[in-house]
Formats: sequence, structure tokens, C-alpha cells
Amino acid sequence: MDAIQKNLLEQVADLHEIPTGAYNIRANGGLAGRNTTANIDIITKEDKPGIDIIIKDGTKKESLHIPVLLTQTGLKESVYNDFIIGEDCDVTIIAGCGIHNGGKEGTEHSGIHSFIVGKNSRVKYVEKHYGSGEGTGERIMNPTTIIELKEGAYLEMDTVQIKGVDSTKRTTKATLGDDSTLVIKEKIMTHGKQTAETDFEVNLDGVNSGANVISRSVAKDDSYQLFLSKINGNNKCNGHTECDAIIMDNACVRAVPEITANHIDASLIHEAAIGKIAGEQLIKLMTLGLTEAEAEAQIVSGFLK
Amino acid sequence: MLELRNVSYCVDDNNTQKEIIKNISVKIDNGFVAITGPNGGGKSTLAKLIAGILKPTSGQILLDGEDITEASITDRANMGISFAFQQPVRFKGITVKDLITLAAGKKITVTEACKYLSEVGLCAKEYINREVNASLSGGELKRIEIAMIMARGTKVSVFDEPEAGIDLWSFKNLIQVFENMHEKLGGSIIIISHQERILNIADEIIVLANGEVTAHGKKDDVLPGLLCGDVGCKTLMDKIEQ
Repeated sequence: MDAIQKNLLEQVADLHEIPTGAYNIRANGGLAGRNTTANIDIITKEDKPGIDIIIKDGTKKESLHIPVLLTQTGLKESVYNDFIIGEDCDVTIIAGCGIHNGGKEGTEHSGIHSFIVGKNSRVKYVEKHYGSGEGTGERIMNPTTIIELKEGAYLEMDTVQIKGVDSTKRTTKATLGDDSTLVIKEKIMTHGKQTAETDFEVNLDGVNSGANVISRSVAKDDSYQLFLSKINGNNKCNGHTECDAIIMDNACVRAVPEITANHIDASLIHEAAIGKIAGEQLIKLMTLGLTEAEAEAQIVSGFLK
Repeated sequence: MLELRNVSYCVDDNNTQKEIIKNISVKIDNGFVAITGPNGGGKSTLAKLIAGILKPTSGQILLDGEDITEASITDRANMGISFAFQQPVRFKGITVKDLITLAAGKKITVTEACKYLSEVGLCAKEYINREVNASLSGGELKRIEIAMIMARGTKVSVFDEPEAGIDLWSFKNLIQVFENMHEKLGGSIIIISHQERILNIADEIIVLANGEVTAHGKKDDVLPGLLCGDVGCKTLMDKIEQ
């Protein structure tokens, strides 16, 4: 692995070296490393690019890293990863994609991740997207996440895209069974002429299922963001969706939350707020000795923390 | 020492110039100075002029003899002026520790943060990682605001109505905080207040009414006049009596 790939790996997976536990590192469309454990198996798909990850019942306190690195300009790939998580598990899955594009042609990664989370299992799924490189070619990432939560399952998805991705369409669809819970926390920052579109659709099908979808974003320069969030309450359930955006310069942010109650005991809330950094926030930090630019950076990094 | 020389501040009010601060000249020595007077008299405006948030229409502001009239908010902060807002600002994602660290201008330990927070009656363990957002009450925010000024430890500290909304925490403690600050830091502590108990611990009192200084002197000379209504207005008297 070269220095650029190592940097991408650090950015998307906080990894300085080969991780412990199960992992699968994909670099420029090929396999750059894999480790399986007694409880977590990784199998290469035969009909299309991607892997099947099978986590045994009762797997606790284990982690799985599946970073994807692209440094070859012009490479376009779609990768299908299926996660089949057994019952009574407690696992952390760290995915992430880093593109370094030093050339003129666009580099594109579409990751289609499908999760089936078994009864009473807890999963923390962390996904980071990062782009770098001086080339004029676009860095494009289109992640799709399909989630099915069985009875009593819990999945928390932390998705972060802070830097360097020119264009992204992020689609997440989830179906929740009885007593299951889904928490999604999204953080996005766009700058330059970047575009980021997010599309969440959560179906609360199970009795006492619950979802909390929270997005915080900062749009700078001439960038564009679209946030779509649909929650359908099809049973006795609780749903909350919140989009909070800071708009700067000539950016544009659209937030379209949609909640539908198809059941008398569905309780759903949506909140959306877009606004520039409040002048009094800047002034407060300036009275502590920060310059206006430092104050702005502090507010943005706190907001996206 | 902070000095205001012929400072005026006007705003445009329906195409007519309205004078909020009218040709004020005052010298504020080291010590405890209370600024009081009726609502709308120009007290908060004066505090903002000192902090650099507003620029005077005319006149000069000097800090230790140096003209700082044109200095920015940031420059004044770095020269040693601190300002506690009347209405503290909320920040999503920024924690109490972040703000106290920024105020101190260096990395601080939990023990140091605890020192400042406990002075204002907040348990550091409970508050240090809290976001300074809508989950905090107005009174909690006011106390964090005061802790930030303590962490800054500058030669001039301006507090705009620090007692407002202090909720369950007692007045006695607030006064103790100011006395401790005075003892540790020296410098000027300027407090805008309507409260007799705060006026009572001041070395000097400045009365500001209708944009003008109507009285300025030692506490013992000014306060009796305020209490018997010679120089104060009815609004102030009502407030003090409450």
C-alpha cells in the first residue's frame, strides 16, 4: 500500500495500520487484504463485485473494517456488500471510501450495502467519505444503504462526509420490525461547486419500532445540498427526523422532511432549520480573542463534531 | 485604565439621527465600577462601545493611554478587554469545556475548568461536556458566561446585568465571585446593574440616563442620592425597591 492509500485509509477508517479483527480492504477494484475471524466470515461474491459478510449468532464486541480506496483516475465501480448479522450480536462495522484523484477523468464509487440485522442484535455502522487529489477529475460517491431490522434489533449509523467529494447521492432505506430501533446521524460539509443529495426512507412497520434521523450540514461557496427524509409510521411507533444546516456564501440547501402516519398510534415529528451563522455567535467568540475567520471555523467544526 | 473621551453614538431612526450616547467623557480606574440608570439609558450600548462591538460616531476610547477607538473586537479582546453578554449566546455542538478553553486561550485541564465552574456554582463533572445549546437554562448560561470571563482573567472585565436570570444560585455567591475576581486580577471590573446589593460593593458608581452621565463618583457619594431619588429616576427606584 502506498503513501496516498495509507492516507486515505487513515481518513476513512482512522486506521494507521492493518486493523485487528475482521477486515476487507478494497483498493482500485482489487482485494488488498482480508481477515476473517471465528465469528465473522467474508466471502467474495461470484455474480457481481462485492462481498457477503456473515456474522454468527451471539458475536459480541467484535469489529469489522471494510474500507474502499480508489487512487486510479477514471475508475468507476459499483460494489455490492451484503451484511447478514445473526441474533444477539453486538458489533461495530466501519466502512468508508476514500478517493484520491490526481487526473482529469472522474473517479466514481457506488457502494450498495444491504444489512439484515437479526433479533436483538446491536450494530454500530460508521461510514466516512473522503476525497483528495489535485486532479480536475471529479470524485463521485453514491452510497446506497438498505437496512432490515428484525425484532428487537438496534442499528446506529454514523455517516460523515466532510471533505473532497464533488458529487454524492446517498440513499438509505430502512424497514423496522417489532421493538427495533434505528438511529442515523449524518454530517456533511460541501464546498466549491460540490453537490450532495441525501434521501432517507424509513418504514416503521413493527410495533414499538422507533427511528431518529438527524442530519447536520454546512454548505459553503457555491455548493448545493438536498436533504430528503421520509418516515412512514405503519404501526404503533415513534419517528423523529431533523435537519439542521448552516448556509454560507452562495450555497443552496433544500430540506424536505416528510412524515406519514398510517396508524393511529404512530407518533412522528419532523424538524428542519437552515440559516447562516448567527452574528452574535461570531461576536461572542471574537470577544474571546478569535478572529472572525477563526470564530467561523470554530462554529462550523463544533456544529459538525 | 479605561477612558472615554467625548464619546457619542448615534443611530438612524426613521431618517433622523437619534443619539443613544451623548458626548460622554469618563475615566474608569482600576477597581469595581457599577454602571446603573434607567432602562434605555444607554448602559448596554456603552458596554458594547467598550468591547468594540459598536464603534462610536465620534470621540475616543483609550486603554492605558492607548487609543483603541478603531481597534476590532478581537484586538480589544487580546489587549485585555472581556465582555459578558446580557443574553449569552448558544452554540450547537460547542461544549462548556470548549468555550472555557477558548476563553483561557490555552488547553485547560478538567481541574482548572472545575475551578472556574465551581466558583459560579456549577459542578464541572456535570457540565464540562454539555453543549452550550438550548438544553441549558438562561441562568446556567449566565453563570457559564461569568466563568468564561474568569478564565480570561483580563485587566478590564465588563458584565452586562450579570444578575439577571441567575435563578437558584444566590446573589451572595455572585457578589463573592466579583470580590474574588477583584482580589485576584486587580484591573477594572465594570458591572452594569440595577441591583442595590451590587451597587453596594462598588468602589465607584456611574449613573447613565438618557445617554448622559448624570452622576459619577465614589459609591458613598452617589448611592445615597440614588436611594433617595435625587439623581435617579422613578424607573430605577422601582427596580431597586423590588
